[in-house]
Amino acid sequence: MSVDATLSFEEAMEKYDPVLGFEVHVELNTKTKMFSSAPNVFGDEPNTNVNEVDLGMPGVLPVVNRTAIESSIKIGLALNCTIAETCRFARKNYFYPDTPKNFQTSQYDEPIAYDGYLDIELSDGTVFRVEIERAHMEEDAGKLTHMGGSAGRIQGADYSLVDYNRSGVPLVEIVTKPIQGAGSRAPELAKAYVAAVREIVKNLGVSDAKMERGNVRCDANVSLRPHGRERFGIRSETKNVNSLRAVEHAVRYEIQRHAAVLDSGEPVIQETRHWHEDTRSTTSGRAKSDADDYRYFPEPDLVPIVASREWVEELRATLPEPPADRRKRLQADWGYSDLEFRDVVNAGVMDEIEETIAAGAAATVARKWWMGEIVGRAKNADVDPGQLGVKPETIVELNKMVEAGKINNKMAAEVLDGVLAGEGTPAEIVEKRGLAVVSDDGPLLEAIDAALAAQPDVADKIRAGKLQAIGAIVGGVMKATRGQADAGRVKELILQRLGVEG
Amino acid sequence: MTELNSTDSNGAGSDGTALIRLSAARLAQKLAAGEVTSVEVTQAYLDRIAAVDGGPRGVHAFLHVNTEEALAVAAEVDAIRAAGGAAAAELHELAGVPIAVKDLIVTIGQPTTAGSKILEGWHSPYDATVVKRLRDAKMPILGKTNLDEFAMGSSTEHSAYGPTRNPWDLDRIPGGSGGGSAAAVAAFEAPLALGTDTGGSIRQPGAVTGTVGVKPTYGSVSRYGAIAMASSLDQIGPVSRTVLDSALLHQVIGGHDPYDSTSLPDPLEDLVAAARLGNVDGMKIGIIKELHGEGYQAGVENRFNESLELLKQAGAEIVEVSCPNFKYALGAYYLIMPSEASSNLAKFDGVRYGLRVLPKDAPLTIERVMGATRAAGFGDEVKRRIILGTYALSAGYYDAYYGSAQKVRTLIQRDFEAAFTQADVLISPTAPTTAFKLGEKLNDPLAMYLNDVATIPANMAGVPGLSLPGGLADEDGLPVGIQLLAPARQDARLYRVGAVLESLLEAKWGGPLLAQAPALATSVAGPVESLVEAQEAK
Repeated sequence: MSVDATLSFEEAMEKYDPVLGFEVHVELNTKTKMFSSAPNVFGDEPNTNVNEVDLGMPGVLPVVNRTAIESSIKIGLALNCTIAETCRFARKNYFYPDTPKNFQTSQYDEPIAYDGYLDIELSDGTVFRVEIERAHMEEDAGKLTHMGGSAGRIQGADYSLVDYNRSGVPLVEIVTKPIQGAGSRAPELAKAYVAAVREIVKNLGVSDAKMERGNVRCDANVSLRPHGRERFGIRSETKNVNSLRAVEHAVRYEIQRHAAVLDSGEPVIQETRHWHEDTRSTTSGRAKSDADDYRYFPEPDLVPIVASREWVEELRATLPEPPADRRKRLQADWGYSDLEFRDVVNAGVMDEIEETIAAGAAATVARKWWMGEIVGRAKNADVDPGQLGVKPETIVELNKMVEAGKINNKMAAEVLDGVLAGEGTPAEIVEKRGLAVVSDDGPLLEAIDAALAAQPDVADKIRAGKLQAIGAIVGGVMKATRGQADAGRVKELILQRLGVEG
Repeated sequence: MTELNSTDSNGAGSDGTALIRLSAARLAQKLAAGEVTSVEVTQAYLDRIAAVDGGPRGVHAFLHVNTEEALAVAAEVDAIRAAGGAAAAELHELAGVPIAVKDLIVTIGQPTTAGSKILEGWHSPYDATVVKRLRDAKMPILGKTNLDEFAMGSSTEHSAYGPTRNPWDLDRIPGGSGGGSAAAVAAFEAPLALGTDTGGSIRQPGAVTGTVGVKPTYGSVSRYGAIAMASSLDQIGPVSRTVLDSALLHQVIGGHDPYDSTSLPDPLEDLVAAARLGNVDGMKIGIIKELHGEGYQAGVENRFNESLELLKQAGAEIVEVSCPNFKYALGAYYLIMPSEASSNLAKFDGVRYGLRVLPKDAPLTIERVMGATRAAGFGDEVKRRIILGTYALSAGYYDAYYGSAQKVRTLIQRDFEAAFTQADVLISPTAPTTAFKLGEKLNDPLAMYLNDVATIPANMAGVPGLSLPGGLADEDGLPVGIQLLAPARQDARLYRVGAVLESLLEAKWGGPLLAQAPALATSVAGPVESLVEAQEAK
């Protein structure tokens, strides 16, 4: 696989102005599928959640899932869209084995929701408005697994396995208008936009919104144009970028790649690109032109969907608090400063902190754990913090142990690692690893005496009132006790020993 | 009001040859009265199928004969009747009356081929809604009837399993696509059958075989389980020997189905009552100016005029209406139907079920397997329509073809609306000619398409149509069909008028038209093998 040339991001930004566009597919969490009564469940044995409709058997007909329509209208409303009074489904015809009928039932020129917007808050508090072109309903395709051959592609595979469990799962595709003017904030905006959409659908309760399960999938369109030029450049579409971090990275990479192509004097090829998390780069997929002919026509097996204004207003009345309002409320409830709260939001751990507080932790404790311990570990593991697998109950339990003086913070962090490594519950790990704060003063005093004897000059300084020097002795004691001593108690005892008032 | 009831085709004796000539309504009465058992009736039909359907000069109405299951259902009905009590009282009126099903309609336990090689040997894992309703009514299913491949044709010659012959003249076509169902009923191989009608596939075979066929209002009978040709035009309907029998069957299969989004929510009208109490006194019956005269065989025209005269005598007012846009119907139909068919038939690709053909040479890619499968599995007429439809839907052509055809459809609907302000029911010949010879139009698709000129407008507008025998053409002695058309959801009117016309005509003929059909040679020994299974054995 040839490696594409890239320019540095800074250089790309000096020369070019990026234009973005996103197609975000949201899988709805309806009980049944878009057009059949088969269960819409993730992760089951392949080809079990299917009936004759999902398999495209001869003679079958689709029936629209009413809940899916309601969910779609809710999404449209949350994205400040106009809801169509009537709209239709169409058939998108193409031959591919993941689509049992060899056409996808989708909306084409009559989306259920259109002309909306979403205000995206960037890390520094800047608000950027993303215009929404449309949100339309469609059905998901089955899942293909290509065996043998190279790179998991259908070309050159020995054979392919098809799982139709996903076939017919209801999707809402949210399409933005071209996003201009983001400049060097483009990668950040990309991530923030997808995060906002994910947050909205999760908040609405219409999707499980788990990116790692493909509940929310993003196709990112990127093009560059020289500064000052109005006409858009040729775009690439990077498919299935399935984590927030990947969205940011993919947009950044494509900007750098396009810039290098343009610099070389070559035209950018209009094509789909595949994102590779391991190399953090994209590779060429199939050439895509606007002339792809899907022979769309109105789906004759379905009648138009009529969304009466009364129905739309009823649904609007059921909408939960919008995420932006929710953020304001949570910040006030938790008493975080603007900076603290923004850090929490940018780190993507607001929901997790809310859950941790709900599990019994104080707001400050929850923040300390997520921001102080877990975000860093997630970064090292290269995953989103929520995907690390830390349960709110674990944090509450660890914190209780610390507050009770059973373990100190350093030990707690070690226990957390143990929990993440699957060694058991915090209590089990404390037990197993023999972690406990030494509370018997006897051994401590021995260690203190040894430390004082080892550093007599320091002891003299403390006696002379230079209390800040105590750190060296404390350090010695902690070293001797392999960190199991309570540092506060150690300090007290040192001062006592030296007859100094603390 | 007099109760109308078509006379039976022969004296009702108790032996099998007489039994099979009884109407379904009469059979139902005899079954209810305990004068005959369902096993006797079913066996009589199975014997008739065995006698006339197979062999080189057989009718070949059936692709599969469902002997075992049909007899089991018949025995079950007989047992319930014999036991008496609530269960017997709750039996459906048609319980125990056998029926044949067009092989475009899926059935558990029997193969469904759609008349195509691409579905050879395929068994559906589910029942069509209409089949469920037949099972609920405990009607023994005799088997699956022949058709033009995927219902594409007007002669049943496009069946991949060989043509069906017209019982009136074995060298002639039985119409299509539902030639199998019509011929089965005409040849007394079944008292009732199900058909599907996209552009006349129930009515035109009815016309050329001297039987009754009804295309109900679009949406009044569930399409779930009818293998789609053109979704916006397809409709399942009854095939029978009398108008009342069609009403009885329509009543069984009709009504809302939650599995079909285009199914009408309205409760079904009492069609049987309409057929029993036919009356045309004071009704306005409109002759459609554009659907007779030039291009129609003289004998067809004569029988049509004769029917008009009889209706007038019975008290109907005959008026003439004009539907100027009907002249565009055939052209528009041949854009909409293939467009929808090209998409509906995309699923037959060898990936999940049915035929799979591997290309002989490498590479073995999915595209090439799909291509080889479709090339080998579809016949010429199906390919012709898929190519037409694919072209008509292509970017840049959509507006000129599919888009324009949809506009014509609206114009046709308006023509009907205007006509129905002047007449309660419209009338025309069902087909411009009597049955043509096998092979006569096989290489002339346009001539074949023209056969549906009078039936297509009803599908384009979604209105119901009924064809009933109008007598024999003077020049060739072959059956002529009379078509009645009513406004959408007014199917009852068809039965009301049809029953009157039928009884007037039968009075004139001195019995049912089918009584004049030549006797079929019954030399074939033994039961007819399922041709599909015979093919598989090869």
